[in-house]
Amino acid sequence: MEEIRLIVDGKRLDGRGFEELRPIKIEAGVLKRADGSCYLEMGKNKVVAAVYGPREVHPKHLEDPSMAIVRYRYSMAPFSVEDRKRPGPDRRSIEISKVSREALEPVIMKELFPRSAIDIFVEVLQADAGSRTACLNAASVALVDAGIPMRGMVTSVAVAKVDGVLVLDPMKEEDYYGEADIPFAFLIRNGKIESITLLQMDGRVTAEELRRALELAKKGAMQIYQLQRDAIMRKYIREEEVVE
Amino acid sequence: MPEDILMEIKRDYVLSKLRDGERIDGRRLDEIRPIEIQTGLIAKAEGSALVKLGNTMVVAGVKMQPGEPFPDTPDQGIIITNAELVPLASPTFEPGPPDENAIELARVVDRGIRHSEAIDLSKLCIEEGEKVWIVFIDIWALDDDGNLMDASALAAIAALLNTTVPAERFELGDNFPLPVRDLPIAITSLVFEDKILVDPCRDELSIGKNTITITTDQNDNIVSIQKSGPFLLSEKVFDRLIDISIEKAREVRKLLRDV
Repeated sequence: MEEIRLIVDGKRLDGRGFEELRPIKIEAGVLKRADGSCYLEMGKNKVVAAVYGPREVHPKHLEDPSMAIVRYRYSMAPFSVEDRKRPGPDRRSIEISKVSREALEPVIMKELFPRSAIDIFVEVLQADAGSRTACLNAASVALVDAGIPMRGMVTSVAVAKVDGVLVLDPMKEEDYYGEADIPFAFLIRNGKIESITLLQMDGRVTAEELRRALELAKKGAMQIYQLQRDAIMRKYIREEEVVE
Repeated sequence: MPEDILMEIKRDYVLSKLRDGERIDGRRLDEIRPIEIQTGLIAKAEGSALVKLGNTMVVAGVKMQPGEPFPDTPDQGIIITNAELVPLASPTFEPGPPDENAIELARVVDRGIRHSEAIDLSKLCIEEGEKVWIVFIDIWALDDDGNLMDASALAAIAALLNTTVPAERFELGDNFPLPVRDLPIAITSLVFEDKILVDPCRDELSIGKNTITITTDQNDNIVSIQKSGPFLLSEKVFDRLIDISIEKAREVRKLLRDV
């Protein structure tokens, strides 16, 4: 298994450089029934996010009299991966849902909507490493599309260590055979990265590599942030033109 | 409801102390509560350990049995980690299947053991592609006075160190000690603004369950990180957390070695 080389002649298996993202496509407002939605592709990942709310809380006892509750459900379609995945939440999905919700909660202005719920649903239609980051990127756009007041944008990207080097936005082979995977998400406000909202890591890196990984992730996040902005502008600017 | 009011009073107390750079139990900000490790207390288990971290108490048990390997790792043993936040450990734990907190706990402990390669899984192959040893690590919370994470991670590795592979019971040759070759240590810190409180106790968590767990191996490599809780983490705090976690893990590892 050690035989597999993930970096050949300074290039990655799909021809990317170390600090290069996979192609990203984002479209806001793709679902009619949801209050906000987004379709996003990140390499071979294809995900849809929907936001419902602020709306009444069911079941009632979950209500918070001082602020909105935020719920986040990450779910993978059975056909999204090589071996059919049993539908419904597994342990991995439950953990991803938890950390993703916690990445968005401090950014959403929950205090403006007491006794209500903001529900975020993300469905992974096709997965290829980094689906949690793709979902968070889609979820932030969907939140903006739903008009939920936020302190800024949440943008997520992973850094991996493969064949001893740090690479941005790993694809499946790099995630599977690589030495470490570090998904990040950031709060970006006024075009600047302000803080970290999601941070996980598994594998093995030195402290120095971890610090460099953060810098690399920040570079990638700024590029994705532009694409998220563009997707939102595209939707709303077109609607303005129709009015004219 | 009385619980809520109590929490609020505690919160104010923790915060007022913290403003002077102090903790409610007199610890330094980076001071871990006293640790007690007792191993081999469950004779029926292949390995076991009870860890007390201040008043937090966790028992971990290891059971092993032969089973089928995963198709992509036909010559490697299997680790399965589970955690139960049983209702006797806290008034807020409820009976039922593991909730997101229990799942997160188990998965973070699992990642520390897995990615430090603490267990030499290649030595747990019985017949390639057919039969390998499955290592079940079960974490049982007994008393939650905060930071079950570090107590659980420590109990798990201590139990593994104490594990004998029960080959004789399955007529697979002689029993042998489980090959453990690393000592992953998890260090959890509570983050409040720019302050870092290592090993938070339950009352301290009343100011927000905003924690970071960093697990390191015996060569000071970082093998697992988990940010847990809805909060914004500044890069500066993250940078300090890396060094603190490495340093604190060394202390705990020394203690574990002495057991």
